Amino acid sequence: MEKRFYTVAELSRALAAKKVSAVELAKEYLARIEAKNSELNCFLDVRPEETLKQAEAADKLIAEGRAGRLTGVPIAHKDIFVTREWASTAASRMLEGYMSPFDAAVVAKLKSAGMVTLGKLNCDEFAMGSANENSAYGKVLNPWDANAVPGGSSGGSSSCVAAGLAPIATATDTGGSIREPASFTGVTGVKPTYGRPSRLGMIAFASSLDTAGLMAHTVEDIAWVLGDMVGFEPWDSTSENLPAEDFTRDLEKGVKGMRIGVPRKWFQKGLDPEVAASIESVIEEYRRQGAQIVEIELPTVELGVPVYYVVACAEASSNLSRFDGVRYGHRAAEYDDIQDMIKKSRNEGFGAEPKRRILIGTYVLSHGYYDAYYLKAQKVRRLITEEFDCAFQGVDAIISPVTTGTAYDFGAKSDPVSAYLGDLYTVPMSLAGLPCMSMPCGIHSNGRPIGVQLTCARFEEAKMLGIAAAWQRATDWHLRHPNGY
Amino acid sequence: MEGKKAKMEWEVVIGLETHVQLSTESKVFSGASCAFGAEPNTHSCYIDLALPGALPVLNRMAVEKSMKFGLAIGAEVAKKSVFDRKNYFYPDLPKGYQISQFPLPIVKGGKISFTVQPRNGEPYRKTVNLTRAHLEEDAGKSVHGVVRGKSGMDLNRAGTPLLEIVTEPDMRSAEEAVGYAKALHALVVWIGITRGNMQEGNFRCDANVSVRPKGQQEFGTRCEIKNLNSFKFLQEAIDYEVRRQIELIESGGKVVQATRLYDPATGETRLMRVKEDSMDYRYFPDPDLMPLIISDEWKARVASEMPELPEAMRERLVRELGLTEYDADVLTASRDIADYYGALSANAPDKKIAANWVMGEVASAVNGTEGMTYAAAPVRPEALAEILKRLADGTINAKGAKRLFQLIWDGAEANVDALIEREGLKQISDASAIEPLIDEVLASNQKMVEEFRAGKQKAFNALVGQCMKATRGKANPKQVNELLRKKLGA
Repeated sequence: MEKRFYTVAELSRALAAKKVSAVELAKEYLARIEAKNSELNCFLDVRPEETLKQAEAADKLIAEGRAGRLTGVPIAHKDIFVTREWASTAASRMLEGYMSPFDAAVVAKLKSAGMVTLGKLNCDEFAMGSANENSAYGKVLNPWDANAVPGGSSGGSSSCVAAGLAPIATATDTGGSIREPASFTGVTGVKPTYGRPSRLGMIAFASSLDTAGLMAHTVEDIAWVLGDMVGFEPWDSTSENLPAEDFTRDLEKGVKGMRIGVPRKWFQKGLDPEVAASIESVIEEYRRQGAQIVEIELPTVELGVPVYYVVACAEASSNLSRFDGVRYGHRAAEYDDIQDMIKKSRNEGFGAEPKRRILIGTYVLSHGYYDAYYLKAQKVRRLITEEFDCAFQGVDAIISPVTTGTAYDFGAKSDPVSAYLGDLYTVPMSLAGLPCMSMPCGIHSNGRPIGVQLTCARFEEAKMLGIAAAWQRATDWHLRHPNGY
Repeated sequence: MEGKKAKMEWEVVIGLETHVQLSTESKVFSGASCAFGAEPNTHSCYIDLALPGALPVLNRMAVEKSMKFGLAIGAEVAKKSVFDRKNYFYPDLPKGYQISQFPLPIVKGGKISFTVQPRNGEPYRKTVNLTRAHLEEDAGKSVHGVVRGKSGMDLNRAGTPLLEIVTEPDMRSAEEAVGYAKALHALVVWIGITRGNMQEGNFRCDANVSVRPKGQQEFGTRCEIKNLNSFKFLQEAIDYEVRRQIELIESGGKVVQATRLYDPATGETRLMRVKEDSMDYRYFPDPDLMPLIISDEWKARVASEMPELPEAMRERLVRELGLTEYDADVLTASRDIADYYGALSANAPDKKIAANWVMGEVASAVNGTEGMTYAAAPVRPEALAEILKRLADGTINAKGAKRLFQLIWDGAEANVDALIEREGLKQISDASAIEPLIDEVLASNQKMVEEFRAGKQKAFNALVGQCMKATRGKANPKQVNELLRKKLGA
């Protein structure tokens, strides 16, 4: 192939024009993974025979003229999604080698759209982390800088797209796990509205927050694929039953006449000045294109981090209870009795971060603490949601930082509290279930990419993607790639 | 000298928590079958197994059956109820939590009235107030002894819907507790929300038992006896526990709040765990499930599908059909017998005679046949109604009616008139046909006649018997009686 980086749109056109076959494409990407994965550690499970089987089926559809626009386009899935043909481990020792008897709804939908799976992507264990340092199968490297974290928890997704090992990847976002790694690796990452994509088959971390999404180079690519990834799932009670949407419909619309809100206070404390300047350049561009920039205040939203860690850990402590060594997953080799078996299996199977969050969650749900922590957090969560709802009465979108700085060095946030505090710009949207995204808007003097966050009201993905497209038409930050790739 | 102490009088206080398995086709949060007795783990899908990524989806039928219960006991069916997670580790609990309802149950309040049959004394009516009923899922079962030295897990039962029905501490004796449990059982079967099979664990009671000196306002310390799956065990367990608590207090001890298990083999309860060891279940709303919202329209539709309730039917039988309280109790003791009587009385010429037949002939035939129900009784209510019509119009006598009943029960075609003809059961009502027979009887039983004239009433009865025998049972006994008296000049 002529170049390293192709968009989904380009591949789709090439496949339709029969310039390349799905099998050729699959082989190309499998060869890249083979060449680079030992270094980057993005992929946890690659099974070329399964990938090629899917690619052959795609070619058959193309030959028969029954192909959709995504038929034959390769994709890789975060290991939080269960898959029939690839092991599903959530990057935990607890689920080493676990084979699911069913595909996650998101995987199944993309499969039926004809996309070809390249394999399963590394992440933080049970999606808990912001640096992909918490995987039981080793850290993922950032192709921009071997010392820099790729972000987390979807570090495998961000790294593999940034390195050209896949044109697009699924990811999940509970408190920033799509937006932060996308920002750290210079790719575009979208978290749709909670409930828009089904959680069926996502290994649960925090059920009221977990949202499936996508990472790719362009917002156009994500708009193309998102429509085939979402939709009502009857076996998911939190799945929204909405009519199908064309998420590409506003891509050409532009921002003229739109009101874009800027929470100025978020730009003051602790934000890296170069990051702040890059985001200012985005705001300026929107102003230039005819948007009205509105300063907004979101005081309650700033309570997001403590609220998030109470709610997410509470849910996690319960969601992770099913991993007891009784029916599947890791079971201790030696034990005295059933309780001892459960204790030892869990102690051996879980890494430090899931254990820490199980402990926090158990604590905040305990008798005597429930009201002070869990209940209080839920109340503040409602206030945060209302504050956003109120803000969206006056603006079409909110523009804000993704993180306080660019990708940090491995080990720089080994203290969990400082790591948790790093989520301050991303967790509020998760608590409110809003669609939000990160897109590249600069490169820092340290050589690492800078991202900017866009947020819209619930179910306004199409509008958000349109606003992002206006930026990506005007700039090429999203088309910058790391050296050596 | 020590005076003889007056023996302290104790009052027993009992509250019951009953788990009723709802008779839905599929499980409360999955599509797997709820059928009983399948090969282990063949009725458990990935949701019941709590595989990674599986999510619960609420079964609408389980909700409607819970609503029916609320409507049947005059309770509030909550407009909004919430499913919570009850967190604890146990190998038969696949998710590590049970989905239940804690602060916001689907049914709030309500009451159940029933007749108590005390061991000594007259039966009386009693009303027990209900606290709540909530919808939850059952756990699986540990299986021991299939593989030597190992335990197995059967998750067929995991996720079957349970309605947990909780009473106020309103019962004052084991008899009242058993009376309540029987009435509740009859009611939940009556309204069709459970199969009610106690051997299969469809109906299991936990009893909270305490005692206090008569007249004392505060409750004593209670013990909870778990998993009583028969009325007999319920009675025995409470009897034992009451004795144990009274003896303990009278000998200077103190009741410790605890959970106890009843052992039917010894008839005793034994300690399972004390309150201090009780678990912190860390209840919180299940984020996988939306709050359950029940609209007025939905409630109205479910209400329109409700059958007449036993309490209402009982009153109607007394008020409209003139049955006694006792008869009405018996005939509304179960949906099965009530349906039978309902179908019979609709066509029977005399409602009271129909009641006597159901409680007499039909009941003894049903109870005397292993596994028989009224619904499956070979003598259908329609056929019995025909028999009773012929009895009423004098075509046959009571003996003939019983004979017909037996014939049809044993398999004869239920064409009553044809059977009367075939079996020659028609009553002889023609006096001219009976009189010669009576004369014959009197002639050949002179001794009896003399005894009667000497004042022995018994002899008269014997003569009636002889006359009936002479007509091979086909005469109308009343008519024979009259003719005989006339002839004897009595």
